[in-house]
Amino acid sequence: MVDAVLDGIQPLAGRGLWADAWRRLRANRAAVIGAIVLGVIALAAVAGPMLAPHPIDAIYWDRVTMAPDFALGHYFGTDTNGRDLFARTLYAGRISLALGLAATLVSVAIGVVWGAVAGYFGGRVDAVMMRAVDVLYALPFMFFVILLMVYFGRNPLLLFVALGAVSWLDMARIVRGQTLSLRRKEFIEAATAGGIRDAVIIRRHIVPNCLGPVIIYATLTVPNVILLESFLSFLGLGVQEPMTSWGVLISEGARQLEGGQWLLVFPAGFLATTLFCLNFIGDGLRDALDPKDR
Amino acid sequence: MNAILEIEHLTTRFATPDGEVHAVSDVDLRLDAGETVGIVGESGSGKSQLFLTVMGLLAGNGRAEGSARYRGTELLGLSRGEMRRYRGRHMAMIFQDPMTSLNPHLTVGRQLTEVLNLHKGMDAAAARAAAIAMLEQVRIPDGARRMAAYPHEFSGGMRQRIMIAMALLGGPDLLIADEPTTALDVTVQAQILELLRELKASLNGAIVLITHDLGVIAGLCDRVAVMYAGRLVEEGPVEAIFAAPKHPYTQGLLAALPRVDAKQPGDLFAIPGQPPNLQRGIVGCAFAPRCHQVIDRCRAVRPLLADLGCGRRVACHRVGA
Amino acid sequence: MLLYTIKRLLGAIPTLFVIIAISFFMIRMAPGGPFSKERVVAPEILENLNRVYHLDEPLIDQFVRYLGGILQGDFGPSFKYKDFSVTELIWTGFPVSLQLGGAAIILSTVLGIAFGVIAALRQNSRTDVAVMATAMVGIAIPNFVMAPLLTLVLGVYLRWLPVAGWGDGGLRQAFLPVVALALPQIAYVARLTRGSMIEVLRSNYVRTARAKGLPERLTILRHALKGALLPVVSYLGPATAAVITGSVVIEQIFSIPGIGRYFVQGAINRDYTLVMGTVIFYGVLIILANLVVDLIYGVLDPKVRYD
Repeated sequence: MVDAVLDGIQPLAGRGLWADAWRRLRANRAAVIGAIVLGVIALAAVAGPMLAPHPIDAIYWDRVTMAPDFALGHYFGTDTNGRDLFARTLYAGRISLALGLAATLVSVAIGVVWGAVAGYFGGRVDAVMMRAVDVLYALPFMFFVILLMVYFGRNPLLLFVALGAVSWLDMARIVRGQTLSLRRKEFIEAATAGGIRDAVIIRRHIVPNCLGPVIIYATLTVPNVILLESFLSFLGLGVQEPMTSWGVLISEGARQLEGGQWLLVFPAGFLATTLFCLNFIGDGLRDALDPKDR
Repeated sequence: MNAILEIEHLTTRFATPDGEVHAVSDVDLRLDAGETVGIVGESGSGKSQLFLTVMGLLAGNGRAEGSARYRGTELLGLSRGEMRRYRGRHMAMIFQDPMTSLNPHLTVGRQLTEVLNLHKGMDAAAARAAAIAMLEQVRIPDGARRMAAYPHEFSGGMRQRIMIAMALLGGPDLLIADEPTTALDVTVQAQILELLRELKASLNGAIVLITHDLGVIAGLCDRVAVMYAGRLVEEGPVEAIFAAPKHPYTQGLLAALPRVDAKQPGDLFAIPGQPPNLQRGIVGCAFAPRCHQVIDRCRAVRPLLADLGCGRRVACHRVGA
Repeated sequence: MLLYTIKRLLGAIPTLFVIIAISFFMIRMAPGGPFSKERVVAPEILENLNRVYHLDEPLIDQFVRYLGGILQGDFGPSFKYKDFSVTELIWTGFPVSLQLGGAAIILSTVLGIAFGVIAALRQNSRTDVAVMATAMVGIAIPNFVMAPLLTLVLGVYLRWLPVAGWGDGGLRQAFLPVVALALPQIAYVARLTRGSMIEVLRSNYVRTARAKGLPERLTILRHALKGALLPVVSYLGPATAAVITGSVVIEQIFSIPGIGRYFVQGAINRDYTLVMGTVIFYGVLIILANLVVDLIYGVLDPKVRYD
C-alpha cells in the first residue's frame, strides 16, 4: 500500500551504489559493533598466542584443571592437562577463523565459477549443471563430510576443502540467477557482438557485477563453515592434536561440567560471539546492498 | 438531498523512514444516494488512499484527520470493532487486482458465505443459496458447482465478478470500486463495466469508481472528481467537465485521451513533467511546476476549491479570478 | 495422490543409489583396509578376515553384494561390535532417536509457529523485539554449545534435571536433550513464521477480508494463518535433516543410546559398515521426510495438483 503512496515520489539523486551501501552499513549499529568486536577477536587470535603469558603447549603438572588465576597469568584457567586455556583459546580462534575463511574462499570459487558458467551458457549446459546442484542438495552432506574424515584421515587441508566443497551450492544458485539477468543487458550483448571470448566476458563483466550478492552470501557462509568445523571437531572428527580449535576446546569443556566450567564457558563464549558478529555483519551487508526489505 | 458519504477536510499521512508523506491533503467530497461518482487521477494521486481511509483500511503507518461521515455517522473516530460493523454491511470495496485480492487458500463459496454468516446471520444452507443466487446475478453460470472451486481455477474477469458478488452480498449502499478493470484484458474490461452499469440501475446507494481512465468515467459516472498530488482539483457533472474542463490539469488529462478523430497517431498530448514529491510540504498549487498557465500566485498560495455553480467546483487561481 | 507418492518414491531411488555408491566407493579409495588400523594381525588371519568379509572379491562384485544385502534390509556385519549386524544396531538405536527427534520436531513446530505469529501480530513491539532477539541467539549459538551450557545451568548449578542419560525417555530425562535439539529449529521456525505472517497480513486478500468486516481474530485464523504457514511447512523437510544432524551431537553429549551415537562411535572406531549403514539410513529418513512434507503441502495448498 505504501508503494502506491511512494509512486509519486522521485528517487533521491544518484549517489553511487557502493557509496550508498557503505552509508547504510555504517548506520547499522549491530553490524558496526559486530565488525569491531570481530576485529578485536581476530586481532587477538592472530597476535594473542604470542602475547599470552604462557605458551600454548606448556604443561604445568602442578596446575591441572585450575580455575582462572590472574596472579599466575592463567586468565582463563588451565585444562585437564595443565595447559593455559587463555593461550589455547586464542590459538584455537586462529585455526577456526582461518579454516572458516579458507573454506569460504573454496566455496566462493567453486560456486561463482559454476553459477556464472551455467548462467552464461544457458541451455543444456545450464540444465545439466543446475540439475547436478539439485541432486547434491538432496544428499545429507554433513554425513559425507564425516565419511570423508573417517576414510581419509583427519588432516586440516582435506578438512577445509571438504567444508568448502559442501557449501558452494547456494552460491552457485545465486550467481547463476544474477548471470541470467546480466546476460540480457546491453553491455554484455555488446561484448559478445564485439567478439570477446566467453571466458573474458565472464571474468570481466559477469563476475564483477555479481559482487554484491557474492559478498553478502560469502559473509553468511563464514559462520556456517566455522559452525561445521566446530561440529566436526566437537565430535572428534575435525581438527586434531596438537592443533586445536574452538570446537575441540568446547568438546573438552563439555566433559568437565562438574569442576571445570571455565573450560566450556570461555571457548563457547568466543565461538558464540564470533558467530553473532558474523551474522550481524552479514545481515547488515544484505540490508545495505539490497535494501528491498526496508 | 440524501447524503451517503460526506468527506470534509480529510488529510491522510503516512510515516515512512524517509519522512512523512501526505497522501491525501484536505479533501472535501459529498456523495448522494443514487449517484455514481468517478474519482480520477494518476497513480499516487491519493485517490485510493482517500477511500481506504474512509473504509478504515489504512496501512499501519497511516494517520487520518478531518471528517468522513456515513449517513451522518462520523467514521474516523470509530473503534476497530465499531468500524467493522460498517465494513461489508454498509460500505463495500472492490479492489484492483482480482488475482491477489481473493484468498487463494479458501474456496470461493467459503469466501462468499462468510459475508452472509457475519452480516446477515444466515445459516450455512441459506447463505449457500443466497451466494449461488448472487453468482447468478453477476453472470457466473453453474454457481452451485463453482462454489467448491478455488480462485486460481477462475479467469481474471470471473474473479472480478466474484469480488463484485462478494461486495454486494452484505447489501451495502456505498460501493467503492478501486480500479476494477485495470488488471483485466480489454474485452473483459467491457464486460465488467457492463455489469457495473447494470448494478448502478439496481443499487439503491452510491457507487464510487476510482480509475485513471477517463473513458471508463465517461461511460458510467454522473459526476467526476479529479485528484492531483493528494488534492481535489476539480469536481462536477461528467458532461460539463468533459465539455469544458476548467483546471489546467483536467484539461491536460482530457487532451491526453486518445481520440477516434485524432488526425495522426502521433497526435497524443502528454502533460510535461512529473508529479511532485509528496514528502516535501507543497507550497502553493501542487500542479504549478507543470502548468502552462502558471502565475506567481500559484507558487505561493494554495488555491481553494471555489464553487462555480451548477455543482461545479475547481481549485485554480486562474479560474473565476 | 497414491500415484504421486509412488512416483516420488521411484524418483528417490537414483538419489539413494548415489548416496550408497559414494559411501561405498569412498571407503575403497581410502588408504588402508578396514583392519589395517588394528593391532598387527598375522597375515593368515587378515586373509581370513578379508575372505569372511568378501574383501578379496572384485570391487564391483562387492558393491552388487552390498546393494543386494540392503534390498533385504541387511547392512552387513559391524566390524567393531562383532556379535551384531549393522541392521540390529540401527534398530536398537532407532526408537530412541525417533523419540528424541520426533519430540524436537513437534516442539519446534508448535513453539516456533506460536512465537512467530505473536511477534508478527505485534510487529515492532517490545514482545516482537524480545522474541526476535531470542531467536537470533537460538540460531547463532550451535546446539553443541547450547546443550552443555544448558546442562551446566539446569543440571550442574541448579540440579533440577539429570545431566545425561536417557533411561526410559521420561520427561525429566528427555527435557534437556529435546530442548537443546529443538532450540535452533524453534528459532528458525519463529523467524520464518513471523516473516511470512507479516507479508500475508499486508497482502491484498487479507485487506479484502478486513474490507468485508471480518473480526480481526477470524481474519487471522481463517484468512492469514494458512497462507503464512505454507513456507513453514516446506521448511519442515530441511528442519528434519537439521534435527537428524543435530541429534548426532546431542546423543553424544547426553550419552543417549540412539543411532547418532552409533554413528559417531562408528566414525571414531572406523567401523566402516556401521558408518555406511547409518548414513544410508539417514538418507532414507531425509528423503521420506521431504516426501511427507510435500504431501502435506499439497493438501494445504489448493494450487498443487498431483498428476
